[in-house]
Amino acid sequence: MRRAFVSVEGIARRFPTTRGGPAQTVFENVWFGIEEGEFVCLIGHSGCGKTTILNILAGLDRASEGGVVVAGREIEGPSLDRAVIFQSHALLPWLTAEENIAFAVRSRHPGWSRAQVAEECQRWIDLVGLSSAAGKKPAQLSGGMKQRVGIARALSVRPKILLMDEPFSALDALTRGVLQDEVNRIVAETKLTAFMITHDVDEAILLADRILLMTNGPNAKIAEVVVNTLPRPRTRHDVHHLPGYAELRNYILDFLVDRSKRLAETMPSGWDPRRIPEVRPAVPA
Amino acid sequence: MRAARPLASLALSALLLVLFVGIWQLASLGSRVGNAVVDPEYAALVGAAAATGGQTPFPSPVEVGARILEHLADPFYVRGTNDQGIGVQLAYSLGRVLAGYGIAALVAIPLGFVIGMSPLLYGALNPFIQVLRPISPLAWMPLALYTIKDSAVSSIFVIFICSIWPMLINTAFGVASVRREWLNVARTLECSTWRTAFCVILPAAAPTIMTGMRISIGIAWLVIVAAEMLVGGTGIGYFVWNQWNNLSLADILTAILVIGLVGMALDQLLAVATRAVSYQE
Repeated sequence: MRRAFVSVEGIARRFPTTRGGPAQTVFENVWFGIEEGEFVCLIGHSGCGKTTILNILAGLDRASEGGVVVAGREIEGPSLDRAVIFQSHALLPWLTAEENIAFAVRSRHPGWSRAQVAEECQRWIDLVGLSSAAGKKPAQLSGGMKQRVGIARALSVRPKILLMDEPFSALDALTRGVLQDEVNRIVAETKLTAFMITHDVDEAILLADRILLMTNGPNAKIAEVVVNTLPRPRTRHDVHHLPGYAELRNYILDFLVDRSKRLAETMPSGWDPRRIPEVRPAVPA
Repeated sequence: MRAARPLASLALSALLLVLFVGIWQLASLGSRVGNAVVDPEYAALVGAAAATGGQTPFPSPVEVGARILEHLADPFYVRGTNDQGIGVQLAYSLGRVLAGYGIAALVAIPLGFVIGMSPLLYGALNPFIQVLRPISPLAWMPLALYTIKDSAVSSIFVIFICSIWPMLINTAFGVASVRREWLNVARTLECSTWRTAFCVILPAAAPTIMTGMRISIGIAWLVIVAAEMLVGGTGIGYFVWNQWNNLSLADILTAILVIGLVGMALDQLLAVATRAVSYQE
């Protein structure tokens, strides 16, 4: 079988319970792949281990079983090739916006001169629209501006894969929309492979090529893969007018509201974790 | 708290000072004991004050003020071992404090760093720290004198042992409580251990470490006076004890004032340093 660019192979995460009881399984036997240049969203309720899956992909956490293969090599830890945009932005508060980005640039290019680092920082500051805030400390920035710095910092190391853990969930709706468009544009321009965790259905439809639907934990599973057949480029202005949008949205909402809970108890017979069924709700039957 | 008007507070401070000094002056005027009739030969022998059976009167602020001016006019004279200027004595004390405190910082900060990064070491060393920390530094003095033998070095050791604990504990705590996500940022950027330690953990823990250093300098300055009273020879603590033996209360009051002012200056220096490394989340 041909391996995808990012291949998640049978990972599980168990936490030991206190007093030596049986280990609590958050998820097990999770298989999925991400093709090069593809944008995949993982959607599910809290507690199903979404963040743990992302952390395993980032190399920040280890799977109890199974492993992740990227470009033919099993990952053993964090890497500059897999950048993370954190939910809480995770900027270093004693550094200015520009210094935060410079910290990342210097990590990728330790030998660069001061001028080279400054030039590269400026590039990313301009790209995410931070020019007026470059010299400010994170505490002086709004939530949206902080996350822009987080995006610029992640992109400035020129990763092969961009991992995003609910990057916009702490932002107000307007700011969130603007940043979604920017991420959409940047990922399309740079042809990055992207993996994003979200619980926002509209966000997933706007950004993702495929959407993984996860059942509730414990013992969470990826029940189905929704293929987003809506044509690109998509923007916030027109995506909800596209034919098939409503079907797609309703399908995912139905899953989140109802089926994620039912499927957590019993999966349909014939469901194979290694061959997760694909559905295309936006294509008229 | 409402923002205080700095000028108003300053004016009130000045008023309180004037009031305090005024009451002190009035009180010292009233306490002069009347002259009893004594045998002049006896008085010549033991001194006028002792002969009348009276105590050395508590000096008035004017007398103390005059003494302070005398000290300030020539703070660095040396006329034999027991008669040296207050500036010279202060310099001895400051030298000992800075030596003991400096060595303590050199030991406590790296050690605290290691303890903070390793939960195993933290658990292993914590019982020792908890037992050693509450010991009065002066209790170490006999042991120090016995093992080190040199009294000057012993007082530096006492300063070392009393100022090490706040710095050690605060450094370990600051390092241990660095936010997980900042460490994760360093990990995803493939930072080396050294780069993570100096560029992420150190700046993140710096405000906590500086707070420990500020507590330590305060304790060190408290302890040096007592240590020098015990050890003798030189230093502001010894100066106070020597003037007690001379029954020169004006000199003691001068020294008390100077000790307070120097302690405040040391504290303010570290407060400025703390502000320089603090950050807002």
